[in-house]
Amino acid sequence: MTTASLTRERGHVPFTIVNCTLFALFALVCGYPFYYLIINSISANDLSALGDIRWLPRGLHLDNYGQVLDLQGLPQAALVSFARTVIGTAATVLASAYLGFMFTQPRLWKRSFWYRAVVITMYFNAGLIPVFIIMKTLGLTNSFWVYILPLVVQPFNIILVKTFVEAMPRELQEAAEMDGAGILSVFFRIYLPNMTPILATVAIFSAVTQWNSFQDTLLYITDQSLYTLQFLLYMYINQADSLAQAAQQSGGDLSGIASAATSQTATSIRTTVAVVVVLPILFVYPLFQRYFVKGIMLGAVKG
Amino acid sequence: MAAPVQVEAVVASEVEGRPRRRGRRGAQASHRRQSFGLFLTIVPFLVLVFLFSYFPLYGWIYSLYDYRPARGLGGSEFVGLQWFRMLVGSPTQVQQILQVMANTLAMSFLGIAASVLPLAFAVFLGEIRATWFKNLVQTLTTLPNFISWVLVYMIAFSMFSTTGMVNGTLENLGLIDEPLKFLDSDQHIWLKMALWGIWKTVGWGAILYLAAIAGIDQSLYESAKVDGAGRFQTMWHITVPQLMPTFFVLLMLSIANILNNGMEQFYVFQNAFNREHIQVLDLYVYNIGMTGNNLSLATAISMLKSVISVALLLSVNALSKRVRGTSLV
Repeated sequence: MTTASLTRERGHVPFTIVNCTLFALFALVCGYPFYYLIINSISANDLSALGDIRWLPRGLHLDNYGQVLDLQGLPQAALVSFARTVIGTAATVLASAYLGFMFTQPRLWKRSFWYRAVVITMYFNAGLIPVFIIMKTLGLTNSFWVYILPLVVQPFNIILVKTFVEAMPRELQEAAEMDGAGILSVFFRIYLPNMTPILATVAIFSAVTQWNSFQDTLLYITDQSLYTLQFLLYMYINQADSLAQAAQQSGGDLSGIASAATSQTATSIRTTVAVVVVLPILFVYPLFQRYFVKGIMLGAVKG
Repeated sequence: MAAPVQVEAVVASEVEGRPRRRGRRGAQASHRRQSFGLFLTIVPFLVLVFLFSYFPLYGWIYSLYDYRPARGLGGSEFVGLQWFRMLVGSPTQVQQILQVMANTLAMSFLGIAASVLPLAFAVFLGEIRATWFKNLVQTLTTLPNFISWVLVYMIAFSMFSTTGMVNGTLENLGLIDEPLKFLDSDQHIWLKMALWGIWKTVGWGAILYLAAIAGIDQSLYESAKVDGAGRFQTMWHITVPQLMPTFFVLLMLSIANILNNGMEQFYVFQNAFNREHIQVLDLYVYNIGMTGNNLSLATAISMLKSVISVALLLSVNALSKRVRGTSLV
């Protein structure tokens, strides 16, 4: 297959080799760090602390994953990250579906005015501090809802859905209304089920944003019970040495069973938490590729 | 296919026509009521938009006060344009702002210069015939786009810290005696930040161009081949020109965003060594507002930034209308 296509390209073999090599190198540079984190999180902790694990894991063990759960605040942070991803995604998907649909309805009072008022917010921003002060005024600092409410209405998603709905046959709605269906049942019974492809795109966009979000915790949250995994990881990178001591004092070392290979080090804590943070992304990654591409294509058609 | 639909439409208009005859005014009123009813269902969402996008604009007023959160706006002193005067009048402040602007513009220009990379990536990847290899490359190179900057920093830390993988390997090979300080140093910080940006976004940015390449009319290539065009000639004279409209739109948008580098990347990478050259406008606003506790000065700066950004966007939009005949936004 490859040889056939090479000969078809009439003597451009050197070009093909250089081209493929460069891409292989860049792919390696992109993929290797993830591999490095994973093998370090499952190798003997005394070796990983020395930076000796580079290509293959050595002294395989999974104790780190059990032990990071004992780190103070980690299970709670995982819960917060999980909750904001699920609730935030559900809210964004529903809002985008409903608004995207409503903005196609000519009967909506002052439709194009409201549509413009929503879309234009993509292009300006009052700035970090004014937004911070408003969040404070609204009582959203140190509240879980600061993770959800500001992200519910996202103009880009609404444009995606609106474009999608406009491409659906208008007769669907007309036929249903002839049968006496009101606008809400037209939306829930007819449009919502048929919007699945675009809503999947919106859902994945939104889930990734929610899971990866770091800045809102930094700005609005001081209550440790509302820290997210991303925020905890950032703290661990900067203070893992003291953390490792704490883990060793409270962890398996007291019983005398834990060996150098399994007792926690700064490196083992960092890499393990990093893998915990990145694994969900790796798991749903095959979905991304399908729906994300669809999403930006639609966005590109509009933009 | 179209015929039954047409019939249905005719029937529908007849059915709708009947009640209308009862009285135009009554129908209009019910129409208006229904239309307003629809509007009421979207009000909760509009309230959210107002609260989080429009209401904060009111916060610009804080730039005219010496705002102390403990005292509230009422108890804070009104200082007029003091903060704006300070931005152009106080020598230390001016020096600081100039440094921050240099950092901001340098990193934005490096980013704009790097924006040809996704295009080149797509053009050259399109020349590879082995589908499995293409898919593998795309999968691995888009992955960094989906992780947070915190995780990027974690990767940078495990690769490039003094005990990291790169220093370890170099020491093992006997190339260096002392670990190199990649992260805890002020050297080449603009370039390093640009490289991390490239690492994270090039593969993803190429997807748009790859889709555009897939949409190019194949007969263009065939006729070029008939005319004796070689591989590089078709790449340069057919593929690249076809991608130019997309490139132009993205270029215009990045010019409009020249002051908005975001703060997350620079926040996670900043430390005591590199602070002077890593501080872009967004991070500077955070640092003086949230850490330095001068909320009013920070508001004044972000206000100027927002106004300039909107002006830039309107200008590139007008430029786009002139050049391409279509607007960006």
